[in-house]
Amino acid sequence: MLCEHKAMPDTSHPAHAVVVSGVSKTFRIPKEQVSTLKERAVHPLRRSAVRELAALHSVSFDVAKGGFFGIVGRNGSGKSTLLKCLAGIYATDSGSIHIDGRVSTFIELGVGFNPDLAARDNITLNAAMLGLSRREARRRFDAVIDFAELREFTELKLKNYSSGMMVRLAFAVMIEIDADVLLIDEILAVGDAAFQQKCADEFRKIRESNRTVLLVTHDMGAVQRFCDEAILLEHGHLTASGDPQSVADRYLDLNFSQAAREQESLGSGAKLTSASLGDGRAVIERVWFELPGDTAPTSLPNGISTTFAMQVRFTASVKDPIFSVALHNAGGIALFHPSSVAVRRPSGTFEAGETAVWKITFDNILGPDRYTLTPAVMLEDGALLALREKLTTVVVTRSTPTGALVDIPFEQAIERIVSASIEEEISR
Amino acid sequence: MSTAAPTPLQPSDERVILGREITGPTAIGSDPRRFWHLAWVLATTEFKLRFFGSVLGYFWQLMRPLMLFAIIYAVFVGILDTGGDQPLFGVALLLGIVVFQFFADATMGSVRSLVNRENLVRKIDFPRAAVPLSCVLQALFNLALNMVPVFIFLIAAGGSLYLRWLEFPLIVAMLVVFVTGLSLLLSALYVSFRDIEPIWEVISQALFYGTPILYSLSVVVDNIGLTAAQIMLANPLAAAIQQLRHAIIDPSYQSPGQIFGSTAGDLIPIGISVATFVIGALYFRRVAPLIAERL
Repeated sequence: MLCEHKAMPDTSHPAHAVVVSGVSKTFRIPKEQVSTLKERAVHPLRRSAVRELAALHSVSFDVAKGGFFGIVGRNGSGKSTLLKCLAGIYATDSGSIHIDGRVSTFIELGVGFNPDLAARDNITLNAAMLGLSRREARRRFDAVIDFAELREFTELKLKNYSSGMMVRLAFAVMIEIDADVLLIDEILAVGDAAFQQKCADEFRKIRESNRTVLLVTHDMGAVQRFCDEAILLEHGHLTASGDPQSVADRYLDLNFSQAAREQESLGSGAKLTSASLGDGRAVIERVWFELPGDTAPTSLPNGISTTFAMQVRFTASVKDPIFSVALHNAGGIALFHPSSVAVRRPSGTFEAGETAVWKITFDNILGPDRYTLTPAVMLEDGALLALREKLTTVVVTRSTPTGALVDIPFEQAIERIVSASIEEEISR
Repeated sequence: MSTAAPTPLQPSDERVILGREITGPTAIGSDPRRFWHLAWVLATTEFKLRFFGSVLGYFWQLMRPLMLFAIIYAVFVGILDTGGDQPLFGVALLLGIVVFQFFADATMGSVRSLVNRENLVRKIDFPRAAVPLSCVLQALFNLALNMVPVFIFLIAAGGSLYLRWLEFPLIVAMLVVFVTGLSLLLSALYVSFRDIEPIWEVISQALFYGTPILYSLSVVVDNIGLTAAQIMLANPLAAAIQQLRHAIIDPSYQSPGQIFGSTAGDLIPIGISVATFVIGALYFRRVAPLIAERL
């Protein structure tokens, strides 16, 4: 079902590494910060009003041994709280969590590193925090240093490390731990591309080593690439679980419907709020998508013919305007930038007060993600009539499970090549 | 692999082995050896930072009490003569200052300790009590260093080596119990009440003057009365200093037992130490699971 090899868990012992049942967590935040003894002494009877923030409502799930499990959700959905409960950093209000095996938590890369201490001391300190014994810590020290390739710098203070060395050390400290269950929070989001690649490689190794990983992330690509299973949290409720594809789709739908609601509340998309650039000779009034048989889709399933339309009103006489729109994915990469200039046909002259609708139809091969639309109208000489940067967003869903940026359609053929030597033998 | 389910997964009941239950952070954790190891590593790394950060690190560490001692000696012994007719009062004064320094280092250091390590507390599950305990250990290291000049001065001033010096570790042990109790209490209280720090500063200051450090206990007995001396010695810090003076410097410094009239009197400061420890430990244990979210 996934594109990568996955070591199958031993099916004769269908034990679970993590079992979470009915976990709830509510934070009690005092409305007025009464944080001094003096306040208490002056108003001994005043009970400080407490705002209750329910972060998790009776969340239950389980993770098979050797599984790679994704926990996804929007900001504030409770996913980090859940991870902290699993890690034993927060005590739960009700419900139970059982974990079979040693747990290691990575909420942040290089947590607790002291820049004034040498690498050696930092590694020792880190090992002690993780609860390793002296002997285990010594053995681990060599593994960490070798992995980070910092053998010559063990006595150098961390503040004198380059940022690359620091990241290597932090990552080595994270990876070189003999844990059965790893809890990881969004670390893929840090570091440069090379580092992220290294992270991804290590994740693959972890998957193959049959350790259990719980990954909290926003990155649906990572969920689809690595996870066997995922859950979606919404306002502390578990609203979807199962295969990562459906959970990722659900997450994107959720984000889109949220965006759609926000836009509707602004007045059916007519009143647009993004910054308007250009000399004002044209006004972009409205943009929308159309699907076959659906003139107001809420999201765009990929793989089908899709129409983008943009309505422009001209306030002055304009000759041969060029319409264009740019689609950037959530990572800010421009994936599609159609423009009427490519059509090589003059669009004609528009008088002041005239309104035009530019429509393009394309095969939607975009990967599932949220896309930002930047429509523009300009002239051939480069004069900008109207541009609405990041005017609105649209979510593409239901991709093939590749996790790639685009899903380019292809045809395939498999031909059997008869080896030349055999051919010769036959001909003899 | 469980199948996709539209509703939240329910953990089925046939599972027998669930593994360890995760209940949240605790004060000590499940393995006392690991707890001790962590406190030790925290203390030694901090200690290293202090001393290897600068060439003169150790020098300054020694100079602090010695300078204070020089000033106080000049004022209280040279001018006011608070030592009465006690022998070797200069050394007794230094000893008092060094022991008080230990008390102040440990308690003042632990007040903010948990909040200072917020980054760790919020991101790693480790036995929380290791943090204040590491402050006590660090103060203990300083005490060991500071005791070196005390003994040097003592020998130089003509003190002699008694078998009673063996009492030293026992007295320090009682003091450590007392100070640990306070450290646990103060560090846990500071999480919720941020004015603990100035309050404790004032209390420490009061304890400094309310303890026979600057003056000899015999002055108290002569000028105010025996009862005042007895009340003073209920404070484990005062009792420890007085017993140390009695045991190490000269037997003419009356021991708490002599002031209370019987050796059973020693039980009062010991009892208070143990009670402080129990209260501190119980309060810390109650607060420990909530520290991460209350910081």
